[in-house]
Amino acid sequence: MAKTQTLPLQQETDIVLIRQQVRKAAESIRLGIISQTKIVTAASEIARNALIYGGGGECVLEETQRNGKPAVRLLIKDNGPGIADIERAMVDGYTSGNGLGLGLSGSRRLVDEFSIDSAAGRGTAIELWKWR
Amino acid sequence: MADKIPILKMGRFLLLSIQVDMHDQLALDLQEDLTHQIVRHKAKGVLIDISALEIVDSFIGRMLSHIANVSRILDAKVIVVGMQPAVAITLVELGLSLEGIATALNTEKGMRRLESMVAEDESVGELESGENADTSASAGD
Repeated sequence: MAKTQTLPLQQETDIVLIRQQVRKAAESIRLGIISQTKIVTAASEIARNALIYGGGGECVLEETQRNGKPAVRLLIKDNGPGIADIERAMVDGYTSGNGLGLGLSGSRRLVDEFSIDSAAGRGTAIELWKWR
Repeated sequence: MADKIPILKMGRFLLLSIQVDMHDQLALDLQEDLTHQIVRHKAKGVLIDISALEIVDSFIGRMLSHIANVSRILDAKVIVVGMQPAVAITLVELGLSLEGIATALNTEKGMRRLESMVAEDESVGELESGENADTSASAGD
C-alpha cells in the first residue's frame, strides 16, 4: 500500500524535517540501519542542493514497492536554473558553488536507483530509491 | 529544537556533545562559538562527541573539517568521538574521508588520546624553546 506525502523545501529547517520523515519512512518499511542512514544522508544532500542552487521546491516522499520489495521513493524538485551539463555535475569534486562537489555523485552511490531530470532554465527533479 | 549547542570547559579542554539533528545555521553557529571559546579559554584541545548523530552529510563533514583546521591554527587539538558504524560506512561511500580529523571510538579513549596529543606537543615545544612550558598559565580559571 503506497503512502505519499509532500514536504515543503523552502528553508534550512525543512531539510531537517525531510531527514526526519525519510527516516520514519525507512523505519516503517523496515530497512536495515545502514540502508536507513544512506537514504537519509542522500535525501539531506539532494534537498540542500535544491534549496541552495535551486532556490527551494518540494520533496515527495513515498512508501511503496519496487519489484515486490518494500521501498522508499523520493522525488526532490526545484524551480531553479537547472543543470546544463548533467554528466559534469555527476563527477566527484565538481561544484558550481563552494561545496565539496559530493552531493550528486555521492548520493548516487548511497541509493539503489538514482535519476535526474534537468535542463538549463527548467529546474531540477531528482528521484531516489532505496528498497529492502 | 535547541538553538545552541553547549560547550563545556574542563581544565585545558573543551567538550561538546551534539545531541540534536542540526540545521545548517546551527552548525555554522557552533563553528563560530567554538572558535571564540578556544581563544577565550586558551584551550589546548577540543573533544566533539557525535554518538547521537544519526547522519553526517557533506555539510556536517565540512563543518568538522573546518573546526579541525581553525583549531589547529589556534594551537588546539581536536578529536571526534563516538561515530556510529552506519554513519562511518555512509560517509566513506559518500566520498568524505574526514582527512586531518583525529577520531576515537568513545569519549574515554578520545580523552586519553587528546591528552597524549597535547602532551607530545608540549614536549616538542620545550625542546624547541629550551625552557619549561608555562603550564600554570593555560590551566587557569
